[in-house]
Amino acid sequence: MQFFFEVLIGGLLSGVMYSLVALGFVLIFKASGVFNFAQGAMVFFAALSLVGFMEHGAPLWLAFILAFVVMTLFGIATEKFVLRKMVNQPPIALFMATIGLSFFIDGFAPLLWGNEVRALDIGLVDEPIPWILDNWNMVISKFDLFAAGLALALVALLALFFQYTRIGRALRAVADDHQAALSIGIPLQHIWALVWAVAGFVALVAGMLWGSRNGVQFALTFTALKALPVLILGGFTSVPGAIVGGLIIGASEKLAEIYIPPVMAGWFGGNFGGIEGWFPYVMALLFLLVRPEGLFGEKHIDRV
Amino acid sequence: MIKKFKQIAIATSVAAACFSAALPSAYAAEEQFFMLPSYRVGPYGANGQSFYGGFIDYLTYVNMKGGMNGVQNAWEECETEYNTAKGVECYERLKSKAKAFPGPIHTMSTGISYALVDKTAADKLPLAMQGYGLTSAVDGSVFPWAFPLVTTYQMQASAIIKFLKDKNGGSLAGKKIVFLYHDSAYGKEPILALEAEGRLNKYELVQIPVAHPGNEQGAQWQRIRQEKPDYVIMWGWGVMNMTAIKTAQKMGFPRDRMIGSWWAGSEEDVIPAGDAAKGYMSATWNVAGKGVPLIADIEKTVYGAGKGNMKDTSKLGTILYNRGVSAAVLSVEALLTAQAKYGKGKAMNAEQVRWGLENLNITEARLKELGATGLLPDVKTSCSNHEGSGKVKMQQWDGSKWTPLTDWIEGNKTLIHPLFQADAAKYAKEKGITPRDCSKEK
Repeated sequence: MQFFFEVLIGGLLSGVMYSLVALGFVLIFKASGVFNFAQGAMVFFAALSLVGFMEHGAPLWLAFILAFVVMTLFGIATEKFVLRKMVNQPPIALFMATIGLSFFIDGFAPLLWGNEVRALDIGLVDEPIPWILDNWNMVISKFDLFAAGLALALVALLALFFQYTRIGRALRAVADDHQAALSIGIPLQHIWALVWAVAGFVALVAGMLWGSRNGVQFALTFTALKALPVLILGGFTSVPGAIVGGLIIGASEKLAEIYIPPVMAGWFGGNFGGIEGWFPYVMALLFLLVRPEGLFGEKHIDRV
Repeated sequence: MIKKFKQIAIATSVAAACFSAALPSAYAAEEQFFMLPSYRVGPYGANGQSFYGGFIDYLTYVNMKGGMNGVQNAWEECETEYNTAKGVECYERLKSKAKAFPGPIHTMSTGISYALVDKTAADKLPLAMQGYGLTSAVDGSVFPWAFPLVTTYQMQASAIIKFLKDKNGGSLAGKKIVFLYHDSAYGKEPILALEAEGRLNKYELVQIPVAHPGNEQGAQWQRIRQEKPDYVIMWGWGVMNMTAIKTAQKMGFPRDRMIGSWWAGSEEDVIPAGDAAKGYMSATWNVAGKGVPLIADIEKTVYGAGKGNMKDTSKLGTILYNRGVSAAVLSVEALLTAQAKYGKGKAMNAEQVRWGLENLNITEARLKELGATGLLPDVKTSCSNHEGSGKVKMQQWDGSKWTPLTDWIEGNKTLIHPLFQADAAKYAKEKGITPRDCSKEK
């Protein structure tokens, strides 16, 4: 039983890391109604900028600020050169634009900062907390707890921002209908630039934590793969949904990876491990059958 | 409209003709042409830069020393981004240039090599795969044009077991070994060898796959913690390697009981893991550092003349740079072997190069002559053995550099090579290939 709880808690903490990436997707979707395919690439770009500034001698805090400036400029440029011409276009057109953006970042970021694999030291060692290990024989790392705390703080901040600020309400209006939002005087261009900058900030936090854990390298773009089932489960428009979805996906994929392969091997023989790549997607798809809008997503009703 | 189109077409053709006339010819008569489907950008660009940088630096070094009995090396790179489809496209684009006097083709990718095995055989062009690619091509009777030189995944796994056995007083009986692998064809390659070794050496083998890309391994390492193995052998790739090392630290598993394949044993695999990687071991078929006279001489000669291929010269002497040099040494030696039979000072055609690769004999004395003692093992190929060595060293990361732990260790050829032969026979049957009679080959 102790092992079950260790896997469960480990999964929940991993899930928070997925939520961090999923949050970026949610922000853009809430503001423009488009799925931002480039979010994984943004995580990579943000982390690469952070480590790039650190290599040039900036301390972590300054490098973080400078990387945030880079991501803000990137957000403004995205609005100006990619999104501005696409106001009121169908979501699929915007989605295609983000695919192009993703490939651009994949090529541009290494050109700017080099494509070496780098270590990122944020002063947190990914080691088990000794007293938990000694008293409970469970491995819980300081790093994971810090990441979870940071993610929860971000979620709380963003939820308040969307719910209680004028800009937050304007963002939601823009997501519902670009043209209607424009007609009542919401400055669409500013809103989009702002939300891309905020998504850049979230990407920077995610990139810092993932980069610190696994090294800053191209593979950071793959973190998006971990966020997709979280979005399906939590809903594309819900900030708390991203965190709850992340927790469910994280815990279930770890439990599945541990407990399902031995059962399958018992039935059919052979090795059935390595299922955590696809298991969360199957789970999310099954969930869609019951609740198509996701756990916290907004139910979409059209007048016919 | 049509008139305008015609004008544009004529102008473009004239410009293209002028431009191509202005370019130097790709290769002259006495040049050996290496097609290089390389990768310098994309997810694994950093690895490709060092490998191909080392490869090209050695070709330049040979040219600067007068070439291969006067024959100069020429080459052309084509960016694959480690993508199989692009690799095949590069091959198709460059094969006409390589047709007359080809150098062995190096893709540094198992996927691209797999895709090219049949094509190169049909086009009669030699394909070299050092430490990667189709391992059953060791049997040259079925694969005359493919050369998995030096060592293969299976022989490497066998050598790792031999190393662990030696560490444990000559016996692994009753020990538990976890095999943590990338859940792909590459990751699964050594399973047969590890199972065969397990039956022979009476250890328990626990197989734990990691789904691509392997950037999250919490569940796998929790299971490893539960299994309490004596050792973890890791067949990782890319981000999976540093994630495994860092997660091992998190789970409290000692890194000096982890040993990776050569794809998990470069600086790129350990530096991002920081202090967590101290003590971690891996297999390798070439050593790191500038202590080898050849590497130091390349730096002095090629970079001294401003002709080096690497922009970042701090990479000189890294594992992958030295691997590129080692791969180029093998190719140049094959060409010299062919020249010794077919005519010194002449560029070799494809069949002659193939013969050279099949009759390589790089002895310790020859390595010493090249200034490459210890850089790579001795290699002696034949029709029935396109691997030619099967030897690797074990190395350990001390936090700043790889240090060799052993001399060259040869895997259990008697146990492993029959596995290749069985696989090659199956392949021959499937493809309708009649194997050559190696006893008649000279």
